[in-house]
Amino acid sequence: MEVLVVSLLNGLVYGMLLFMLASGLTLIFSMMGVLNFAHASVYMLGAYFAYTISLYVGFWPALILAPLLCGLIGAAIEMWGLRRVHRHGHVAELLLTFGLALIIEKVVQMTWGLLPVPYRIPELLDFPLFRVYGTQFPAYRAFMLLISALMFGAIWLGLRRTRVGLVIQAALTHPEMASALGHNVPRIFTLVFAAGTALAGLAGVIGGNYQVTEPAMAFTMGPIVFVVVVFGGLGSLAGCFIASILMGLVQTFAVVFDVSLADLLAKFGIAVTSSTPFAEVLNVTLPRVGALLPFLLMVLILVFRPRGLMGTRDT
Amino acid sequence: MRVRNGISILFGLVLAIAGMGAASAQQTIKVAYTDPLSGPFAQVGDANLKQMQYIIDFINAKGGALGKKFELVPFDNKSQPSDALIALKSATDQNMPFIMQCSGSNIAAALIDGVNKHNDRNPDNRIIYLNCGAVAPELTNEQCSFWHFRFDLHAAMKAEVMVRALPKDTTKVYLINQDYLFGQSVQRELKTYLAKLRPDVQIVGDELIPLGKIKDFSPYITKIKASGAQALMTGNWGPDMNLLIKAGIDAGADLRYYTFYAHLAGGPTAIGAAGENRVLSVMPFSENVSVETGNKEAEAFTKGFRDKHKFDFTSAGFRTIFEYLQAAVNKAGSLDATKIAYALEGMSIRDFLGFETTMRKADHQLIGEYFVGTFKKGVKYDAEGTGLGWATETTILAKDIDQPNSCKMKRP
Repeated sequence: MEVLVVSLLNGLVYGMLLFMLASGLTLIFSMMGVLNFAHASVYMLGAYFAYTISLYVGFWPALILAPLLCGLIGAAIEMWGLRRVHRHGHVAELLLTFGLALIIEKVVQMTWGLLPVPYRIPELLDFPLFRVYGTQFPAYRAFMLLISALMFGAIWLGLRRTRVGLVIQAALTHPEMASALGHNVPRIFTLVFAAGTALAGLAGVIGGNYQVTEPAMAFTMGPIVFVVVVFGGLGSLAGCFIASILMGLVQTFAVVFDVSLADLLAKFGIAVTSSTPFAEVLNVTLPRVGALLPFLLMVLILVFRPRGLMGTRDT
Repeated sequence: MRVRNGISILFGLVLAIAGMGAASAQQTIKVAYTDPLSGPFAQVGDANLKQMQYIIDFINAKGGALGKKFELVPFDNKSQPSDALIALKSATDQNMPFIMQCSGSNIAAALIDGVNKHNDRNPDNRIIYLNCGAVAPELTNEQCSFWHFRFDLHAAMKAEVMVRALPKDTTKVYLINQDYLFGQSVQRELKTYLAKLRPDVQIVGDELIPLGKIKDFSPYITKIKASGAQALMTGNWGPDMNLLIKAGIDAGADLRYYTFYAHLAGGPTAIGAAGENRVLSVMPFSENVSVETGNKEAEAFTKGFRDKHKFDFTSAGFRTIFEYLQAAVNKAGSLDATKIAYALEGMSIRDFLGFETTMRKADHQLIGEYFVGTFKKGVKYDAEGTGLGWATETTILAKDIDQPNSCKMKRP
């Protein structure tokens, strides 16, 4: 029971962090059709910006400034990069963002060095909020949950219930018509991309001190975010949300259950000994492969339901 | 005419420079040093290089060897065995008597093989391989070579040090290691020495994690807490170690973290003040040892580096390597690698911290003191500007880690 409750909380927190990161990516993809490989790199930039800004003016201004800065970078990428290669199709866009990811990583290494930087959580939130069966639940995690929940609400309402959201949706599905009605379609595209990267930056500000801010953080977070987006259905915010929480829980609970395929077979009366074929593989316990389960889930969903959990398109 | 003159002047200049190079080659004892100096692990090689340079300047100021000065010649190996072999080729082409390498046992294995072959084929131009940190036990056991000398404890010895440092009242431990060659050997050796030296200790959990894949260690901490462990023993490095310790501290777990790498580049920064009195690390050296033992001379030596550079002098222990070289070259009376190797094996030196060390003759493994430090406030020299530093909790002497070996040394 104790392990169950604590793991549930852990899984929720991790899932929400994934969602913060994945929401920006899915926003950009659903709106513009651009699969942004540099997304996790902007997440890293957000963390580093927040670290540097917090050295001068503290964490709270950094929480606002760093995502804005990331948004500006996103706008620049869209205006001077993506817009130019757009007519060459999606492959060119993908390659551009891939190149950017490599460049950003190198720039970060050259600016902040290869070692982790001491980016810490603010003192105001550095206390245990409550205890569950003797395990502390840090206030900062509750803060993360709050921010990501707000983020989900804001994006949802913004797109569905506001005039800006309507114009964005119109510009994306019927660009010529929106343009004829007097809306500046290229600017809308820039705004969407900037908003997506700003969200990644925000995730970086929150996630950078929760984890460790170092040049490899983009590389380690990148793949799992793609899994979330693909699994949830490309371009679906709700699917992305569900997938994030699911991935968080799957990874958390995989660690807790110390079972292997051999144990499962034993239930059916088949004993696995060292002479059984594939005994090595059968004896691998779940925690050892827990981190790979999301990738397995992605493969399965691509085979059986290519549009993803709640996707609207078969892309 | 003018152009031709220019060319001939240039040619003359090139000849002159080449001549100078040849002349200076005879005046110094060159030590090739190959480690990653570019790429993701460049920081390690770069920091080592600066620390070795400081040590070499010190040794040279004390007279070098045979009236000659030591000179360090860096070669980037980009963490690739093939590039390390290119460095070896350059070193032997220039008749250097020594090649040194610190990180990566796979690279070390390739170098041992390369050096063996080269020395068999070229008896007049042999080279000695100085291993300053590749820790796979095999290198001085199954793979041992007359030309290879290891100046750091191997993984099994380090595991024994960690087990010996475990306090008497700790009876429940949890093992977490990375699921690859190094992590698995740490896991195996820890279990061996726990069973041998501390039969009272119960291993309540034993886990392998995928290398560099885990982003959130909270579930592991939940499991560790549920197991009732008092101490966590891990060979993890990089994010796998930092995130593990951070998650444990966040959850308020009452644990002590026994690590091999928390004191190295980036560890103290990532862990921060919350790790006080909880994080321990097995290390060959810490700047506070000389303060604790009241060794003023050693302290002045390490402080000199801090004054000159902005980072910690974690590898001051490399001084022992160069003191061995100095003594061996002087004893051999020449720069002939075979003579130096014979002089090195079996040699004993009291190192600059005042402890006895021996280069074991049987397997060319250095046996020296090792420390287990606790990360805490109030030490004289802090780590990475965190305000916390390593205070020695346990000192393990050479005689306690003199593990047997299975080396069948072939001597020329």
